[in-house]
Amino acid sequence: MPDAVSVRSLTRRFGDFVAVDRVSFDVAEGEIFGFLGPNGAGKTTTIKMLTGLLRPTEGQAIVAGHDVAREVAIVKRNLGYMSQQFSLYADLTVEENIRLFGGLYGVTGARLTARRDWILEMAGLSHHRTRLTAELSLGWKQRLALGCAVLHEPPILFLDEPTSGVDPVSRRNFWDLIYDFAEAGTTVFVSTHYMEEAEYCHRLALMNRGRLIALDRPDRLRGAVQEPLLELRTDNPARAVEALREHPVVLEAAMFGRAVHLLVRDRDRAMDEVPRVLRSAGLACEALEVIPPSLEDVFVALVRREGGAPVG
Amino acid sequence: MTLPSPMRIREMVRKEFRQLFRDPRTRAVIFVAPVIQLLMFGYAVNTDIRETATFLIDHDRTLESRKLVDAFRATGYFEVVGRSERPLDLVRALDHGDALVGIEIPKGFARDLAAGGTSIQLILDGAESNSATVAQGYAQRIVQRFALERARQRGALPSGGIELRTRAWYNPNLESRVYNVPAVVGVIIMLMCLLLTSLAVVREREFGTLDQLVVSPLTHQELMLSKTLPVAVVGVIDLTAIALIAVFWFDIPIRGFPPTLFLAALLYILSGLAVGLLISTISRTQQEAFMSMFLFLQPAIILSGFFYPIESMPSVFRWVTLLNPVRHFLEIIRAVFLKGEGLATLWPQYVALAIIAVAVLRLAVARFPKSIAA
Repeated sequence: MPDAVSVRSLTRRFGDFVAVDRVSFDVAEGEIFGFLGPNGAGKTTTIKMLTGLLRPTEGQAIVAGHDVAREVAIVKRNLGYMSQQFSLYADLTVEENIRLFGGLYGVTGARLTARRDWILEMAGLSHHRTRLTAELSLGWKQRLALGCAVLHEPPILFLDEPTSGVDPVSRRNFWDLIYDFAEAGTTVFVSTHYMEEAEYCHRLALMNRGRLIALDRPDRLRGAVQEPLLELRTDNPARAVEALREHPVVLEAAMFGRAVHLLVRDRDRAMDEVPRVLRSAGLACEALEVIPPSLEDVFVALVRREGGAPVG
Repeated sequence: MTLPSPMRIREMVRKEFRQLFRDPRTRAVIFVAPVIQLLMFGYAVNTDIRETATFLIDHDRTLESRKLVDAFRATGYFEVVGRSERPLDLVRALDHGDALVGIEIPKGFARDLAAGGTSIQLILDGAESNSATVAQGYAQRIVQRFALERARQRGALPSGGIELRTRAWYNPNLESRVYNVPAVVGVIIMLMCLLLTSLAVVREREFGTLDQLVVSPLTHQELMLSKTLPVAVVGVIDLTAIALIAVFWFDIPIRGFPPTLFLAALLYILSGLAVGLLISTISRTQQEAFMSMFLFLQPAIILSGFFYPIESMPSVFRWVTLLNPVRHFLEIIRAVFLKGEGLATLWPQYVALAIIAVAVLRLAVARFPKSIAA
C-alpha cells in the first residue's frame, strides 16, 4: 500500500530565511500524523506546500500518490484542508457554505443532501442551518469548517492547528471526530502546539526552526529522554531558573507553569545540590521530586541535544 | 489545461451575488451611490453663470449709458449689486469679493458713440478664472449686440459690416449639464467596476477564505471568471439605470442608437474589470487596493476630457490619453448622446477600447496565478 504522504528534502526559503529545511517523512494511510512545534517552527509552511498553496523551493512532496508540483489538480481532489484561521464565508448561512463547497468539489444531488445532513448533525447545527455563519460560536464554526473540509470525503485531511482558541471540551469533541475519520480510513495530518493534543496522535513529528528534530510514537519519544527529570516547586520560579541554569549538574532548567523542570546529569547529586543552591540564593525549596517526562520536556530536551533554543 | 467547469462557476457566481446583495453597505454602494453621484453632478457641477455680482460705475449718466446697463441686466447673466462714481469703490468691491465683474462707462460715452466710436471698461476677478472667462464672453456678446442695434437704428452697419452669429449645435444653450451628465455616467461605471473587482479578490485574501478556494479544484480561470461576471452584470444594470435617469430626469437628449452605446459600455466595463483584476494582483490588502485604485482613477479622469479638454493638453499628455479607456468611452457616450453619431464615425474609439481591454486583461490573467500561490 503506498504512503498517503511522502516528503523528500522539502525546503522553503523566504529570502535568506529558511522556513522549512530539508524535511523528509512518510505518512501511512489511515494514520493520525501530528506536527508539533512552537509558532514559527515551519508547520504551516510545510502544510501549505503539501496542499499546493505554496511552491517548495526544493524537494518533492507526493500526496495521494501524485506529485504536488506536477499534478496539483488531482492532488486537490483528494485532500481536505482546514486552516488555523476560520475560512468559511461569514456572510453566508450554514447551508449556503455547505452548498458552495459541494459545488466546488462536484458533490451534488442526493449525495450533497446526504453529506449536508451528516455535517449538520455532526456539527450540531441542524437547527441553525439558515443562520449566518458569522453568528455562530467558535466551536460551531470550527466543526462546520471541518465538515466542509471533509464534505467530498477526501482520503487525506490536513488540519492546521484546527483547535487553536477553542475551549478544552470542544477540543476534546473535535478529537473524537478526528478519531472517527481515522477509523474510517482517512489519513489525518494535524499540526498543533498543544502538547496534550499531541498525545492523541499515532505518530508525532517534532519541528523546530524549520527542521524535523524527531519523529516517532509519543510513548517512544518520551522514552528517548534518558536523563532524570526533576520537578521543583519554589516561591520564585523565574529566579530559581536563573540561579540553577549555570550549575554543572543541571543540563536544562525551564519554567513549566508555576513549577520548574530540571533535566539533570545525576539524580542523587541534584537532589542534594539544588536545595543548597536555592537556599544560598534566598529562595524556598517547597518540593523537589523525580517525574516522568511529558512531551514538552521531550521537546525541550531534544532541542537542547540539537544545540539550539526553541523559537517562540 | 482543463475546461472551466460550469458547475463550479455557477456556485461561485451565486455566492458572489449573495455576498454583494446581502451586505446593506455594499448594496448602497452598488445601487444608491451611483444615483446620488449622478444627481450631484447634474445639479451641483454647473459651470454656467447667472446673476453675476456686478459693480457699476457710470461717469456718463445719459440715456445711452443707461440703455447699455439695461442691456446687461436684461440677459439675466449680470446683476448690479452696487454703483458709485468713484473708481476706488469698484476696486474695494472686487477686493472684498462683493462683485465678480466691474463695468466702467467713461464720461462722454453717449457723445462719442454718436460720433462713431467709443469703449467701456470691463474688469474681471481673474482669481475666479472659470466664471471670469464665461462672464467675459457674455459681456462681449452683449456689447456687440448693443452696437449692432445702434447702427441698425441709424441705418448703417458699423465699420467692417460683419456680424458674428454664433449658434452652438447639439447643445444650443451651451448648458454644462448636457455636456457633463453623460461623462459622469462613464466615470461612475469605471469606479464601480474597479472597486468591486479589485476588492472581490483581495477581501478573500484578507478574510483567509482565498486559501480554502485555492486548495479546492477551482481553477484560476474559474476564479477570475466568477469574480468578474457578477461585476459585469452589476455594471450593466447601473449603466442602464443612470442612463435612464440622465435621459428622463435631466432631459439629456439621446440622439444616437442606444445599442451603439451598449456595445461601447460592454467594452468599457471589460476594460474596467481588467484594470480591477490587475489591481487585485498587485495588492495584498483592501487598503492597498483602494490606494492603487485611486492612483489609477484620478489621472484617468483628469486625462479623460471630462473637465479639461484634451486639445488643450501638452502633446505628451495627449498621447497618454490614448491609453485611457475613460477618454474613449466619454467621447463615444457624448457623441452618441448629443450628436447621434454611430459606429461609422466612432469606430476608432471602439477599436481603442477593445485593444485596451484585451491588453490589460491578458496582463492581469498572466499575473493572477503568481499572486495567488507564492
